[in-house]
Amino acid sequence: MPGASDPGFDTLALHAGAAPDPATGARAVPIHLSTSFVFENSEHAASLFNMERSGHVYSRISNPTNAVLEERVAALEGGAGAIATASGQAALHLAIATLAGAGSHIVSSSALYGGSHNLLHYTLARFGIETTFVKPGDIDDWRCAIRPNTKLLFGETLGNPGLDVLDIPTVAAIAHEHHLPLLVDSTFTTPWLMKPFDHGADLVFHSATKFLSGHGTVIGGVLVDSGAFDWNAAHAQSGRFAELAAPYEGFHGMVFSEESTVGAFLLRARREGLRDFGACMSPHTAWLILQGIETLPLRMARHVENTRKVVEFLAGQPMVASIGYPELETHPSHALAKRLLPRGCGSVFSFDLRGTREQGKAFIEALKIFSHLANVGDCRSLVIHPASTTHFRMDDTALAQAGITPGTIRLSIGLEEADDLIDDLKRALKVAEKAGSR
Amino acid sequence: MELTVGGRKVYCYSGGKTFDAALPCVVFIHGALNDHSVWTLLARWFAHHGRAVLALDQPGHGRSEGPPLADVETLADWVLALLDAAGVRSAALVGHSMGSLIALEATSRAPQRVERLVMLGTAVPMKVSDVLMQTSQRDPLKAIDMVNTFSHASTASKPSYPGPGSWLHGSNRALMRRVQAGQRELNLFHHDFGICDRYAGGLDAAAKVRCPASVLLGARDQMTNPKQTATIVSALNAQVQTQVQTVDAGHMMMSEAPDAVLAALRSALG
Repeated sequence: MPGASDPGFDTLALHAGAAPDPATGARAVPIHLSTSFVFENSEHAASLFNMERSGHVYSRISNPTNAVLEERVAALEGGAGAIATASGQAALHLAIATLAGAGSHIVSSSALYGGSHNLLHYTLARFGIETTFVKPGDIDDWRCAIRPNTKLLFGETLGNPGLDVLDIPTVAAIAHEHHLPLLVDSTFTTPWLMKPFDHGADLVFHSATKFLSGHGTVIGGVLVDSGAFDWNAAHAQSGRFAELAAPYEGFHGMVFSEESTVGAFLLRARREGLRDFGACMSPHTAWLILQGIETLPLRMARHVENTRKVVEFLAGQPMVASIGYPELETHPSHALAKRLLPRGCGSVFSFDLRGTREQGKAFIEALKIFSHLANVGDCRSLVIHPASTTHFRMDDTALAQAGITPGTIRLSIGLEEADDLIDDLKRALKVAEKAGSR
Repeated sequence: MELTVGGRKVYCYSGGKTFDAALPCVVFIHGALNDHSVWTLLARWFAHHGRAVLALDQPGHGRSEGPPLADVETLADWVLALLDAAGVRSAALVGHSMGSLIALEATSRAPQRVERLVMLGTAVPMKVSDVLMQTSQRDPLKAIDMVNTFSHASTASKPSYPGPGSWLHGSNRALMRRVQAGQRELNLFHHDFGICDRYAGGLDAAAKVRCPASVLLGARDQMTNPKQTATIVSALNAQVQTQVQTVDAGHMMMSEAPDAVLAALRSALG
C-alpha cells in the first residue's frame, strides 16, 4: 500500500496486518485454529527455535490470526508491535512480569480498575513486587514515590471510578527523568480517542474485551510497545532492566536489546512471558476482536455522541446530584481532557443519584434497555449500582472512602438510539424518586 | 561485541555467537538512519551456520560512537579498518541501500580483501529527490514518516520481523527516530541522505570489483527503483560473476521478506 504517507486510522482499522490469504484468496482474516505449524525440515525447525527466522511454531507463543490482531492494534496505537493475551489482566501481568520480579517496585495511580488494584496491592505483593499508589493528579507524589528499585510507572488514561484524566505528558516526563517507562491502561479511550504514545507513554495495554471487541462476546487483552524506550541506555544509566539488556540464560544467553533495538521488550515478553506463563489468546477470540476493530472508528464516534446526549439529559434532572464526566466544566480533569481527549472522553461514567441505597436499586431495576451487569464497552448500554453489587459489603462510610455514594450509578453508553436511552433513564428516575417517598 | 576503530568504540552484532575470526566472515552494513538490528535474523542465521558475522553500527549510529563520517569513501576506509580491528583478512560485504554504496566502494578500494559483494536495495547513482532532501533538513521527523512509507510495499508483510506481532511501519519508524535522536551534534538523516546523494564514484568502483557480485532487489521498491539497477550491473567488470535476484518486497526487504532474502543471500554468499 505505497503512498506519500501511512494510511489513516479508519483504513488501518480495516487493513493493517491483513492481506488476502495467499493460500486460498480469502479476503477476510482466516481463523487459524491450529496449535502448531509444520516445519519445512529440521534446519527450518532449528532456525525458528533459535530466532534465526521469523514464523509460527506453537500457538501459545504466536499464531497467524493473533498476529494480524497484534499488528493492527500496534498500527492503530502508533506502536512497534503488540502481543495478544488471554485478558486485559493478563496483558497487565505480562507487562509487569517482563520488567519486574521479587524486590521490584511500581508506582501506580490509585485511580484504577478494581482488578488492577487487586493485582498490584495484594497478589504481586505476595510475589515480592511492591506498589506505591499515588493520586493521579498529584504530580509531586509520582516523583517522590520513585525508588532505586522502581521498574515502571502505571496509570489509566481515564481512571476508575471518577474518570481522572492521566496527565500522560507530565507523568511520562517524570518517568523518563528517572530512566523508567510509563505503562498506560487505555481500555476506556481506545486509540480512536487518544494515542498515549503521542503523549510520551512507552507501553499501552487494553482489555480488548471492551471497546476493541465492542460486542460483549470475548475476553482478551493486547499489550503494545511504542518501541521508543531505550532499555539499553536505561540499563547503562541505572542498572535496571537487565532482563532486556543483559544475557538471559532462559533463552540461550540472548540479549534482547541487541536482537532488536526497538522490539526488545516484546521479544522477551513473548519468548518468556507467553512461553512460561502461557496466558495466550485463542485465535477465535482474536478473530472476533478483529471484527470489532474493523468498525471501531464508527462505534467510538457513536458511543461519544450518545454519551454527550445522555450526560446533557442527566445534568438537567433534579434526582441527579452530580455527574463525573470530564467534558463537564465541573470535573476536576476538565482542562486536561480538553487537551488530551479532544474527540471525547469515552462512554463510561458515573453519576450520583440523590437518595438511599434502596432508591439506587429501584432505579436499576426499572431500566429496560440498559443491562444490569459487570462490564463496560459493549455496543449495548450497561448499568451497575456499586452499592448493591460490587461494593455491597461496605457501609456508607466505607463507600465514601472509595469515592462511591449509596446512589452512585455507573453507565456504559451503547449504540442504541440516544432518545430511547434517555426515555429509559427518565422512566427509571421517576421510579427511583417514588421509591424515596414510600 | 565492541571493537575500537580510529580510537572510537564500534558496536557489532555477532549473531548470538562469539566472534571467531578464523571462520569465513560476513560483514553486514546498514543503510541511512538504521543500525545493526535490520540484519539480526539474517546475521543470526549465518552465525549459526558456520560464519563469523559482524553486523556493524556505523559511527554515530546506534551504539557506535560518533561522529558520523562524511562520505562513502571515508566509510569504506572505515569498514576496511574495522576488518583490521576484528582480525579479519578478507570477508564478504553485504550492504543495504546507503550501506550497499559503502560495500561497493570498500570492495573497489581493497579488492583482495573482499570475497563476495552483495548489494541490497541499491542504485548507482543514489540520488535523493529534492523534496526528501529538503524535508530531511527542515523536518526530519516528517521525512522519516515519508521514507518509512516509501520503504514498505505492504501493510501486511508476513511473517513480520523480527517476529510475529511486529508492525513493520511502526518498528522502522521507531528505529529511525531512535537513531536520529542519538545524534545531537547534527541532523543525521540529512547527513546520511547527503552521503547517498553526493556519491559519484559508484560506476568507477564497480569497474574495479573482482569478486563475485550480487544485486538483490525489491520488486516493489520505491526508494531504489529496480530499473536503476541496470546501470550498476552493466558497470561491473565483465569478468565478474554477477547475479541479480528479485524478492517480492519494498525497500526494507530484510524485514518485509526475511525468508526470501535469506534464500537469496545463501545463494549469493555461496
